[in-house]
Amino acid sequence: MTTAFERPTVEMFQMSPGRRRVERAVRVLLFGAAASALLISASIVASLVGEAWTFISNVPLELLWSDQWAPRFDQYDMKTLLVGSLIVTGVAMAVAGPIGFGAAVFLSEYAGGRVRKVLKPILEILAGIPSVVLGFFALTWISPNVVKTVFGGGSTFNLLAAGIGVGLLTIPLMASISEDALRSVPDSLREASAGLGARKVTTTVRIVVPAAVSGLVAATIVSVSRALGETMVVFIAAGGGGNSAQFTTNPLDPGSTMTAAMAAQASGTDNVAGAGFAFQSLFFVGLVLFVLTLFLNLAADRFVRRVRQAY
Amino acid sequence: MAALTPLADPRTAERVAAKLHSTGTHWPSQLFRAVLAFCLLFALMVLGVLLIDVVSGGWPVLNGRLGSFLSEGVRTRSDSAGVFQGLRGTFWIAVCVAVIAFPMGVGAAIYLEEYATPSKLTRAIDLSIRNLAGVPSVVYGILGFTIFVKLADGFFPGSMSDHNGNTTLAGGVTLAVLALPIVIITSAEAIRAVPRALREAGYGLGATKWEVVRHHVLPYAAPGILTGTLLSMARAIGEAAPLILVGAQRGRLGLRTGFFDLSQLGEKFTAMPIVITEFATRPGTEWQHLTAAAIVVLLVFVLLANAAAILLRNRFERRRGGE
Repeated sequence: MTTAFERPTVEMFQMSPGRRRVERAVRVLLFGAAASALLISASIVASLVGEAWTFISNVPLELLWSDQWAPRFDQYDMKTLLVGSLIVTGVAMAVAGPIGFGAAVFLSEYAGGRVRKVLKPILEILAGIPSVVLGFFALTWISPNVVKTVFGGGSTFNLLAAGIGVGLLTIPLMASISEDALRSVPDSLREASAGLGARKVTTTVRIVVPAAVSGLVAATIVSVSRALGETMVVFIAAGGGGNSAQFTTNPLDPGSTMTAAMAAQASGTDNVAGAGFAFQSLFFVGLVLFVLTLFLNLAADRFVRRVRQAY
Repeated sequence: MAALTPLADPRTAERVAAKLHSTGTHWPSQLFRAVLAFCLLFALMVLGVLLIDVVSGGWPVLNGRLGSFLSEGVRTRSDSAGVFQGLRGTFWIAVCVAVIAFPMGVGAAIYLEEYATPSKLTRAIDLSIRNLAGVPSVVYGILGFTIFVKLADGFFPGSMSDHNGNTTLAGGVTLAVLALPIVIITSAEAIRAVPRALREAGYGLGATKWEVVRHHVLPYAAPGILTGTLLSMARAIGEAAPLILVGAQRGRLGLRTGFFDLSQLGEKFTAMPIVITEFATRPGTEWQHLTAAAIVVLLVFVLLANAAAILLRNRFERRRGGE
């Protein structure tokens, strides 16, 4: 009468020890891979701080505020590099900000599915161009054809050409983050606006862009951070490759930025026998750059989070 | 029923009707649209001018002596200099990135998306990954220089050159670390896009977490993961700044090890972007031609990787869309 139904036991539902072992090992391995990000972050800070401290605690502070950056001769004028970085980043954002933003609005509001599929890869390919290539292009094309023609002068190596080059590199980043922000605006807002009789322009300018403003701010901040961290364009096109730079506020002059100064400094790592703390200055500049970009990235993160909360 | 009150102006109805039926162009709208389209077109023009400039600049070398250009080393004479060591270095760096950044990045992404529970530690890991993605590449150079170069010094007893640790491996590991956050972020996105139902079906059949990940989540997310990896690889082989800090050679360098010789990992090295930088900073039009030619060679690889990634993504989006 009674069926031969075996009463289920707890053991029947347990994994075999072998499977459990695999499961546990995989978990540990994957956690290790994820935790390596913390280790890398800590290593970066550790590798910067030690030598940077040696530098700042040993170099007389007046050497940090002279009129040129020439580590080989014990001249560590930080404002030369800071102003250089500011000029390059400013020029870059003047190019990448409006162009990237415009391209993003076109892709998100005007381009249809098929047009988008054809046009978007252009930005992605531009994003993939290595910075050395843009550096060469800035030196051999932008400098003689754009800077010389428009401003009628300037040295062959100049900060303006480098800034434009960095700007071209930054366009795709600006465009893609802005586009994400615009696309995350719900369609109901656009439809409501259109239903009230607004034209597409009006909807875009008065409804969509204001609704996406946090994301657009984030896009701008991330782009600034990227432009600030760009090295090779300045190294090649602004004359930052030489291991010294005079203080200048004129974009038509040659100059250097924090990043290019670091690369230039390291180009001669083997023969940094010259002055006392030339070697350590590399780390100090690196630390300043790291802190600046970290601050910018954290700020951008804030704004991105705000977009996510809103919609 | 009350009669409809007449409109304030009897002509309003006509005006509205005229507007609704008007076929005329609203110029501000057209202008706005044109300006936006120009922004995108500008990017296309930049790309076009850049490619034409580089290809035409490098043409004398590419057309004249492509063979010797690819097989000769960095020289001081412009008529015989080539990019052999640059290609060799870039090849091995790409191998390092693939072998290190790919498994670690995908592993980390799986952990964060599938295993991690919300906690302080998870948040810290997440935050540090997003920050690492924004750290300037020169700063990775400092990391490579203080840690990987020091580790590599004395690690290769049999190497021919007196490298002080400035080896291909040190450069490759540095760029792998640089590519890691990008691989993690793009892989995590691909894994997040896998439908929940797929996982639940797996669990319902009694599969363990890892079995579900391996047999269902990863295959589904594979095209997305591959796209991200290709893009990060393209970025890594175009990087020059960190390699300068890690001590890539800008001048003379032996041709002694062959292209696919594994022992190259323990030798002094250079890479395509470094060779380009070196050529670009030498004076004279001859060197400009050589720089342009070297750029064309590098762009072939970078653009191939990019194009593959874009095609892969488009195909994958179409397939998902059809389901």
